[in-house]
Amino acid sequence: MSAVAPPGTGDVTKEQVLEAYRVMRTIREFEERLHREFATGEIPGFVHLYAGEEAIAAGVIGHLGPDDYVASTHRGHGHAIAKGCDVKGMMAEIYGKATGICRGKGGSMHIADIDQGMLGANGIVGGGPPLVCGVGLTAKVKGTDQVAVSFTGDGGSNQGTFLEALNLASAWHLPVVFVVENNGYAEATSSAFHQAGIDVAKRADGFGMPGVMVDGFDYFAVRETAGEAIARARAGGGPTLVECKVGRYYGHFEGDQQTYRGPNEVEDLRRDRDCLDHIARRVTDGGFVEQSDLDAIDRAVATLIDEAVAEAKAAPDPTPADVLTDVYVTY
Amino acid sequence: MARNISFQQAINEALAQEMERDETVVLFGEDVVGGSGAPGDDDAWGGVLGITKGLYPKFPNRVLDTPISESAIMGAAAGAASSGLRPVAELMFVDFLGVCLDQIFNQAAKFRYMFGGKAVTPMVVRTMFGAGIRAASQHSQALYPIFTHIPGLKVVVPSNPYDAKGLLIQAIRDDDPVIFLEHKALYTLEGDVPEEPYAIPFAEANIVREGSDVTIVALGRMVQLAEQAAGELAGEGIDVEIVDPRTTSPLDTDTILESVENTGRLVVVDEANPRCGFAADVVALVAQEAFADLKAPPRMVTPPHTPVPFSPVLEDAYVPTPATIADAVRATAGAATPA
Repeated sequence: MSAVAPPGTGDVTKEQVLEAYRVMRTIREFEERLHREFATGEIPGFVHLYAGEEAIAAGVIGHLGPDDYVASTHRGHGHAIAKGCDVKGMMAEIYGKATGICRGKGGSMHIADIDQGMLGANGIVGGGPPLVCGVGLTAKVKGTDQVAVSFTGDGGSNQGTFLEALNLASAWHLPVVFVVENNGYAEATSSAFHQAGIDVAKRADGFGMPGVMVDGFDYFAVRETAGEAIARARAGGGPTLVECKVGRYYGHFEGDQQTYRGPNEVEDLRRDRDCLDHIARRVTDGGFVEQSDLDAIDRAVATLIDEAVAEAKAAPDPTPADVLTDVYVTY
Repeated sequence: MARNISFQQAINEALAQEMERDETVVLFGEDVVGGSGAPGDDDAWGGVLGITKGLYPKFPNRVLDTPISESAIMGAAAGAASSGLRPVAELMFVDFLGVCLDQIFNQAAKFRYMFGGKAVTPMVVRTMFGAGIRAASQHSQALYPIFTHIPGLKVVVPSNPYDAKGLLIQAIRDDDPVIFLEHKALYTLEGDVPEEPYAIPFAEANIVREGSDVTIVALGRMVQLAEQAAGELAGEGIDVEIVDPRTTSPLDTDTILESVENTGRLVVVDEANPRCGFAADVVALVAQEAFADLKAPPRMVTPPHTPVPFSPVLEDAYVPTPATIADAVRATAGAATPA
């Protein structure tokens, strides 16, 4: 086996590759399983699936430590898993159970664990970017080397909150990174229309920060680009805007018939651009990682997700009295 | 030791003392330094009305000007509070709520609930409200009912310098998001304020004046007007009790109900618009919990259901006055006991 990383993969170690693969596979299995389970009608509410975009969560959040923070989007399961949120607790949360990571009060759209530095999926498009400015301020005032990353879709990049946050982060020279996951659609409206087809990354120039575009299907490319941005933030070099061009495998929400998409669009993405196929091929071709290592991860993840669903289904519901708790610390 | 200082000085002193006591307290907003990056004086303004003047020189790393970006300011407060600071963010005029409400009510206010009780969001939003200085429709509103309606927020409306200092200190030390509303026409009001720090607990109403005939519940600047009305009414033999709840959320319902049990008559004076407002809330509380004690229908003294007008003649007609309050009290006092 070669101890040297394949060309173009940076200085990544085998352990890092395996961890990234594990995170990506966990997200994929979590989302594919939710897609199937949602169709049974057993899951309440709405879910927005991250499948197809896993390389971004793994490539960005892999650089963060437990004291760093992320603010996510409505499509937030992937960020939560990558940030270390408990997968079984997340599944139970999506089923609305008392054992959920938010005790059944948040659901898919507010999945969060502050203790893990996960400031929440967010039901408000563009809700997250201002929050990371506050985390960045905390790091500055306290003199820590913490970094905060906000994820936003191409849709969210058109909210005033996003633009205000970019400007404030620049004015205050904050240790934050704004990652735009441009999957080409704001709900059903194409980025060719809603941002006139102009790259979000170009907006960075107007806020006096670096703006970088990267292939969001390519874990190694995301890892390298995000690594530079996060290192710059950590070293006091200020904010960066990173735009990841990517695509989603499912609709805006589960149940979306996606009639706005082109014929074979998703099939082509799955066949030609799959981020898990890509990372597996890159690291096994040259023998950097054995296929058997990846297979072992696949099996472990499959078991984890099976258990997560079974335990979530069997878990107790919250009691009606729980509606009254957790509103205030004191009142 | 108590000195006679203004409402504005009381707020400045509370901020300075809490920043001195706790290094995690930070202050930011538009022009709270006032002069950042400009060639002239640092701390040139110290807030648009000078309320935060002098804090930047004392705490240069913890008092920050911002762009005019209220959503970013409120969101930064929520994020900072979630990660270990106690931010005091300034929303210069409460009317600017329209461009940033999401970060307050969908983010900060709901974190603890949505996240299953894990989140602690100790942020304060200081904001100026109220009519009376000819600032017209977009700089004069009394929007505390909007905040009061939102679970997860605490809402403070001080009426005098002593309360302003003690309630602001409590707000900063509190672990929940607090909206602290300062009536702009009260900034120059003077009163006795102890020099040492002290905290006034929330949900503890202040009985401003004891009386036996009619209960007036009033907030903010309306307390002063109610006191003037009460003085006038005393000469007519009507003995008014004035209850200042000080916080609308949480609300000291016990003190209001006890007062109404004693007087049997209620007038609520509220500078907010009347529909679904604070006055209606208190009247509903009393109707539901103390109906049997009522000797007359409760009355609300509020502005009309209109925006705040500009012309002095119009604005004076809009805001409750001691005369309109006294009229309501007389009507209540003279009303027959319901059959």
